Amino acid sequence: MTTDLGMPTVASDPHGHLRGTEPFPVAAHRALADTQLRQNLGHATRTIRAKRAAVVGEVDDWEELRRAGECVKADVMARLPELLEQLEASVTARGGVVHWARDAEEANRIVVGLVRETGSDEVVKVKSMATQETGLNEALGAAGIAALETDLAELIVQLSDDKPSHFLVPAIHRNRSEIRDIFLREMPDVDPDLTDEPRRLAMAARAHLRRKFLSARVGISGVNFAVADTGTISVVESEGNGRMCLTLPDTLITVMGVEKVVPTWSDLEVFLQLLPRSSTGERMNPYTSSWSGVTPGDGPQTFHLVLLDNGRSNVLASPDGRQALHCIRCSACLNVCPVYERTGGHAYGSIYPGPIGAVLSPQLTGIDGPDDVNASLPYASSLCGACFDACPVRIDIPHLLVQQRAAAVEAHGRPTAQDLAMRAAAAAMASPGRFSLTERVVKLGRLLSRSGRIRSVPGPGAAAWFGARDMPEPPAETFREWWGRRERS
Amino acid sequence: MSAREEVLARLRAARDVGGSTVPDVPRDYHRTGVHAPGSAAAVERLTETLTDYRATVHRVGDLDGVPAAIAAVLAGSSSVVAPPGLPGEWLGEVTATVRRDDPPLSVADLDRLDAVVTGAAVAIADTGTFVLDALAPDQGRRAISLVPDHHVCVIRAADVVSSVPEALARLAPDGPLTFVSGPSATSDIELDRVEGVHGPRRLDVVLIVPPRA
Ligand code: SF4
Repeated sequence: MTTDLGMPTVASDPHGHLRGTEPFPVAAHRALADTQLRQNLGHATRTIRAKRAAVVGEVDDWEELRRAGECVKADVMARLPELLEQLEASVTARGGVVHWARDAEEANRIVVGLVRETGSDEVVKVKSMATQETGLNEALGAAGIAALETDLAELIVQLSDDKPSHFLVPAIHRNRSEIRDIFLREMPDVDPDLTDEPRRLAMAARAHLRRKFLSARVGISGVNFAVADTGTISVVESEGNGRMCLTLPDTLITVMGVEKVVPTWSDLEVFLQLLPRSSTGERMNPYTSSWSGVTPGDGPQTFHLVLLDNGRSNVLASPDGRQALHCIRCSACLNVCPVYERTGGHAYGSIYPGPIGAVLSPQLTGIDGPDDVNASLPYASSLCGACFDACPVRIDIPHLLVQQRAAAVEAHGRPTAQDLAMRAAAAAMASPGRFSLTERVVKLGRLLSRSGRIRSVPGPGAAAWFGARDMPEPPAETFREWWGRRERS
Repeated sequence: MSAREEVLARLRAARDVGGSTVPDVPRDYHRTGVHAPGSAAAVERLTETLTDYRATVHRVGDLDGVPAAIAAVLAGSSSVVAPPGLPGEWLGEVTATVRRDDPPLSVADLDRLDAVVTGAAVAIADTGTFVLDALAPDQGRRAISLVPDHHVCVIRAADVVSSVPEALARLAPDGPLTFVSGPSATSDIELDRVEGVHGPRRLDVVLIVPPRA
C-alpha cells in the first residue's frame, strides 16, 4: 500500500459533499486569518488570470463562441430527458452499459458493486467533480476498495488528507514547498533530497504512480462532454494520468452529472475552444481523450456509464436557476472572484466553491430552513460581475445570486432593511452592465438601518454573516469601490 | 419505479416547469480558419504553436526525407514501437530495434520500449494540436502512444487545418481519439505549466512540407 487513506468517513447526507458543516461567513472568517493561504491563492489566481487573458485575447470570435456555448447548453436543458435517452441508446449500441442514479448514495452503491464484480480491491481515478460530489472514495474505502487519485493536485489533497478547494487545481491552496513537504512525508519511495522545483515534484508524482497505472484493472473517470448522437465521451486533462486511467485498465467506470450531455459531435468545436483557454489559460490542454462504448482491441473492454441526478432535476425546474447547470467547470469564475481569492474554496463547504458553487450548491441540495448552511452561500459575493465576464458560457451568476437571496428572504420570514435593499438590487439587476447602480442600491441598506446597528437579520445566512463579522452595518464602501481603490494604490 | 424511470420522470417534470423552448444556436463564430488547410501559413502557425508548448518540429520537403528525420530524432533510443500500418520505409534508417504492435504488445513490453512513431489524423495550427485516431492503421491503439516516454509524430502538410471546427469536421468520433498538444504537462503547482508528467515527456514532430510550386 503506498497510500494511507485514513479512516474512511462515509458522507451521511444522501447528496454527498454538497454541504459543509458551518455557514460561509464563519468559515470565511477563519480563512481570512490564514495569511499563508491568502498568499498562495493570490499568487496562483494572479498567474492564471494573466494567462487566460492572453490566450482569450488571441481569439477574435470569443464573444460569438460564448454565445454559441450558452445556447447549446440552453438547448440541452430544454431537451435533457430526450438527449439522455439518446445517449443511453448510443452508448449501449456501442457495447457500453448505462446505469442511472437518483442521488450520490445510489451512484456510489452502483460503482462499489461494479468494482466488486471485477474482484479488484484497487482502482485508479482521474479527477472528477462528480465523484468528489458523491464522496465515492469514502464509499469505496468503506467497502475495502482503495481509490488512488492520479491527478497531481488531487493526489496532493489525498496524501495530506485534505479537501479539494478548486475545480481545476484542488490543491491550489498549497504552494510548492508545502507540496514538497507532503510528498516527503507521505510517499514511501520518494527521493529524500526532493526539492520544491515544480519539475522535480511532477517527476516524483510520475514515479509514485507509474507502477499503479501499468497494473490497474479498474479505472474511474468523470466526463467533460458526452455526445448524445454518437455516444462519444470526452475527458479533458493535462498530465496523461487521464489517458492512463482511460486506456490501460480492463474495466472503465465513468460517472457523469446528467447535464454534461451535448447534442452532437460538432458542438464540441465550441467547447474545446472555450474550455482550455478559460481553464488553464492554454490554447489547448495537453490531452483530450474521446471514446464511444467499447472498441475491440483498444482500451477497456468493459465500459459502464453512471448517469447521476443528485438534485439536478431540482435545478432544472427553475427557469433562470437552471443556467447553473450550463457550467463546464473551467474555474474561471473562481480565479477572478475577489471573495474566492481571499477565502479559498474550503469556506464554501460544498465541493463546488466560488461564484458558481454559491449558486449551484443551494439549488442542488434545496434549502432546509434558515439554519441550512447552504442558505448563506448566495451571500458569498460582492456582486462585482467579474464572474459573468469571465464565464465562457455566459452564466449570469450575479443575477442568480441576487435572485436566490430574494427567494431565501421570501421563504424565511419578514423582510428586514437589508432584505429590502437586496430585493431592490434584484430589480435593478437587469444586466451585468448595471452593477454600479446595483451597488448603490445595496448601500441603501445602510440608510435603512437607522439604529446604526443591525441586531438580527432573519434572512438566512445574513444573521451568521453579521454575527461572524460583528459588523455594525453594511459597509459604506462597496467591495468594488474598495477593490478599485486598493488596486490603484 | 426503477432509478432510470424515476430520474427521467423527474427531469421531464422539471424541464416542463422550467421551460422547454429550444433556442436557435447562433453559429456565427468562425467555422473556417484564417489559413487554408495545408497552406504555408497554416503550417507556419502550427510550427509556432507546437514549439510554444515544447514540442520539437523537424521539417522535411517530401516523403523521402522522413526516414532520415526519424532516424535522427531516435538517435539515442535503443527500441521503438510502431503501429501495424506505419509505412515500413519510414523506419528504414532507424538503428533502434523496431517492434511492430502486431500482434499487440503487452503493457509491460511497451514500458520497456524507449519510443513510439505514429502518423496523425489531423493537426490544428491555432492550438498546436494533433489528433490520433486509434482506428487508423498508422496511428494505432492508444496505449502505444502513451506508455513509451518519447513520441515521434509524422504530420503531412495536407492534414494541417487552422481551426478546431475544421479539425472536428474531419474526424469520426466512433473510435477512440486522442488530442495531443505538447508533451504531458501539469498546471497543478501554483497554476504554472510544467512539462513532463505521466504521458510521453519528449515530443518530436516531423512535418512533411512539400516546396511550393
Ligand atoms: S460558472 Fe462559468 S466560469 Fe464558472 S466554472 Fe462554470 S463555466 Fe467556468
